[in-house]
Amino acid sequence: MNITAKELINYFKEVVDIVEKEKDYLCDLDRKLGDGDHGVTMSIGWQAVNEQLNGKLAEESDCGKISSTVGMTFLNAVGSSVGPLYATGFMRGGKAVKGKSELNDVDLAAYWIAFINGVQERGNAKVGDKTMMDTLIPALEALVVNFDREFIPAFESAVEAGEIGMKSTTDLVSKIGRSSRLGERSKGAQDPGATSAHMILKAFLDFAKVHA
Amino acid sequence: MKKLINDKKNVVEEMIDGYVKAHPEYIKRLEENDRALVSAKPKEEGKVAILIGGGSGHEPAFMGYVGDGMADGVAVGNIFASPPPAPILEVTKAIDKGAGVVYLYGNYAGDVMNFGMAAEMAEMEDIEVEMVLASDDVASAPKEEKDKRRGIAGEFFVYKMAGAAADLGYKLKEVADIARKTNDNTRSMGVGLTPCSLPQTGEPSFEIGDDEMEIGLGHHGEPGIRKATLDTADKVTDQLLQPIFEDMEINEGDEVAVLVNGLGSTPRMELYIMFRRVEQVLSEKGIKIYRSYVGDYITSLEMGGASITLTKLDDETKKLVDHPVNTPMFVQK
Repeated sequence: MNITAKELINYFKEVVDIVEKEKDYLCDLDRKLGDGDHGVTMSIGWQAVNEQLNGKLAEESDCGKISSTVGMTFLNAVGSSVGPLYATGFMRGGKAVKGKSELNDVDLAAYWIAFINGVQERGNAKVGDKTMMDTLIPALEALVVNFDREFIPAFESAVEAGEIGMKSTTDLVSKIGRSSRLGERSKGAQDPGATSAHMILKAFLDFAKVHA
Repeated sequence: MKKLINDKKNVVEEMIDGYVKAHPEYIKRLEENDRALVSAKPKEEGKVAILIGGGSGHEPAFMGYVGDGMADGVAVGNIFASPPPAPILEVTKAIDKGAGVVYLYGNYAGDVMNFGMAAEMAEMEDIEVEMVLASDDVASAPKEEKDKRRGIAGEFFVYKMAGAAADLGYKLKEVADIARKTNDNTRSMGVGLTPCSLPQTGEPSFEIGDDEMEIGLGHHGEPGIRKATLDTADKVTDQLLQPIFEDMEINEGDEVAVLVNGLGSTPRMELYIMFRRVEQVLSEKGIKIYRSYVGDYITSLEMGGASITLTKLDDETKKLVDHPVNTPMFVQK
């Protein structure tokens, strides 16, 4: 399969829509664990990204530049902790496909592997810490193990593994970030970062399937 | 919750706009980034500069502390969210007078990443940066894990001492050491009575019964260590002081500065009633209060509640805590 620069822009626009639709849900999750603003922060960031997608990036044909601009725009709009984390992901993903106007199966796998490795490096969280890495690390492992020429089946397994990881955060005690100060009281609520990370991956899977 | 705002998306922009227009003799916005504010008075060449910052919603922190004797610039984030690296870097470049810049901020994952990224970028521009994280909140992690503790109202003393040291001509490393020493000697503990609400969601930040309080509450509305039944001011004050005394090395004859900080909607009346009890307890223990601060120093929007901070002083920090300050939101003669 091939994803063109134009299609990549449309994928990011879909993330904008999903975040707008789910922002209240993400805030509800975050109120149980933190300061209740994860949905607001994501919305501020993706709305800023949307302006770029409709403006400066509308005619951009370099997939790497599109992704790294998405990352920088998100970072500068939100700061916070998700800012540097997602921004590093999108910038590293962008670097992996730099100069390409179309992404084939190998490029797409390289993109998401670089994305997740970037987030991991920036945040240093491990599986079990009750963060977005509980979604992303299992997804990365499944993608690496299952990728063999075809992107979609491998990414499908990655999203499934990520979903299991996301759901596992409900029973975890938070070990990192603001919610870690809750100790045992952080149990019983699904991590909002793990949830938004799953949304971003799932949106890409759905998008890729439609365009395959 | 009721709020006097226009568009909820513009609250931070409009606050900054109002602030710089109210106090043009103190502060200005940088053209390079509208979340980057610096002192209107140019800093002396060769003096260490102090950069503070963090999320909005804590006013007078953080931008209220830019002025003589405290900070030289501030990076302003969204509500309760760290500013991104870009405004931090712009402030850094604007306030550096060749002697380096000290970043002072609270120990939160977001701030650590954003200020860390900005410091890396500043280094590439040949500006020396020292970073000191405030971690005064006793409730947020056990003593063995002090590096995991969050910064709350005690950050005020870190700014106060470091700002004075920079003003007195201390070198970069020395200013940072003063800030670290102050943080090491500072402990805080808070109590929440009523939640705040983010303008964007309008939802209360936590749920709490009419007769309940949250002991150890964080200043973004993060739940504390336990809910308890609301009690008298004296008994609540005792409950806040006890973990502080258990945590810090403090003995008869020691001298402290005290901060009783309101979280936003708790009246001064109640803060002074709490301070009265703090004074009684300290005096029973033979600990001398060298200086007191009572009021709203680092808030959480309209949250109800307060925190108590003690910072242990020595001859050097006594001199620094006495140093005059003149900012729009805090004056000490």
